[in-house]
Amino acid sequence: MIQYYFDWSVIWRSWDKFMAALGLGLTLAVISLAAGTVIGLACAMARVYGPRWLSWPVWLYVEFIRNVPLLLLIFFVYFGLPELDISYLDKTQSFILTLSLYAGAYMTEVFRAGLASIPRQYMEAAKAIGMRPWQRQRYVIMPVMFRITLPAFSNNLISLFKDTSLAAAIAVPELTFVARQINANTFRVMESWLTASALYLITCYVIATALRLLERRYASIR
Amino acid sequence: MSDQVLLQARGVRKSFGTVEVLKGIDLDVRQGQVVSLIGASGSGKTTFLRCVNLLEEHDGGDILLDGDPIGYRVADGRRKRLSETKVSAQRARIGMVFQSFNLFPHLTAEGNVMLGLTKVLGKGKAEARDIAGHWLDRVGLGARRGHYPYQLSGGQQQRVAIARAVAMQPRLLLFDEVTSALDPELVAEVLGVMQKLAEEGMTMLVVSHEMLFVREVSHHVVFMDQGRVAQAGSPAEIFDRPENERLKGFLGRFHAMFGQAV
Repeated sequence: MIQYYFDWSVIWRSWDKFMAALGLGLTLAVISLAAGTVIGLACAMARVYGPRWLSWPVWLYVEFIRNVPLLLLIFFVYFGLPELDISYLDKTQSFILTLSLYAGAYMTEVFRAGLASIPRQYMEAAKAIGMRPWQRQRYVIMPVMFRITLPAFSNNLISLFKDTSLAAAIAVPELTFVARQINANTFRVMESWLTASALYLITCYVIATALRLLERRYASIR
Repeated sequence: MSDQVLLQARGVRKSFGTVEVLKGIDLDVRQGQVVSLIGASGSGKTTFLRCVNLLEEHDGGDILLDGDPIGYRVADGRRKRLSETKVSAQRARIGMVFQSFNLFPHLTAEGNVMLGLTKVLGKGKAEARDIAGHWLDRVGLGARRGHYPYQLSGGQQQRVAIARAVAMQPRLLLFDEVTSALDPELVAEVLGVMQKLAEEGMTMLVVSHEMLFVREVSHHVVFMDQGRVAQAGSPAEIFDRPENERLKGFLGRFHAMFGQAV
């Protein structure tokens, strides 16, 4: 058996880099989820309440994003769009755009299913007390839908955070990229990958636990 | 009780696809009256109630509330459909209580009553909370104001729903089989609240299968059959001297179940 001697000192020396990379990854995930929520909400409303001519482009967008690998989308936006003279975003901006569009497609499906699962009775009760159309959406349908979709929300945040590792492919200095860099510079293979993995795992676990507490707080819908 | 006609329906028609559910309904509700609609399932009672509140749109005839047509206005001799905002304003004058309660699940009992007061009537939070507290006390749920719907029994939920409707100070209250989804032992508490409202002069249009309640509380009873008013009159006329054969058959089934009490 080959002996491998662990030397964690390289990790401690680069600890600041790891933390900065972790922070960047989280920031990318949160921004993309926020943007994706706005996109998803607009698209879901368009599909459920909108006219047919608005419905099918949304369907096309959702199906395109969900059935093409994310890495390919990242390359397409970062390398492809400048070729077409469409965008000159830097690599981080380009990644945020891609991940937001990606999150938007998934959130569209989450919200569409959420809207569809709200019983007609709540809408009728809101009508019966004389609420105007946007008030019904704002004070009854949306609050109920957000509570129904909260678990899917947490799952998406965790998925997106893990997906930020793909940004390494276009040299965005997030966790995976930094781990690879340290690996390349020091040849401490196991230490750098184990550290990165542990950081992903701990962060995801903390997010999941925090959101589960939030879900319990809003569990008034059974 | 005044003699002023609050709700007037003339020749109201409604079809779902090719099925004509309402075949010309005439009906008056005077201010302070309790009018009950009885009849077999599928006779059109609930559909008529939903047309009054514009949850369904009637295809023909007129429904007037305080003389104003519901759902449309007349311009140059032609009917023009009202905007959804105007329809909402009309609905705010009519309260409705549903068979399945339909409380907003994300709000407490108090929150359910307050929502319409603050958002539709534009009252301040403090005033709305006072009004909600008053009506929840009145339906015997003052102590449960902070409970969410899932923490309340069916009867309690239905009483909150009644408080939510009455707190809006509607001109007319609609009750759509409000005890049909309740366990038998919870029916009385809901009927009790309705009876108190009736005694205080609330104008009510009630669809119900609770014949004892209908007989005791109503001023006027309408028997509907296959989308038409088959017989209408005082509770005594309907229950003691039924003339219509279908009404006799309908009441006979209740007599068979409950003896001559009805």
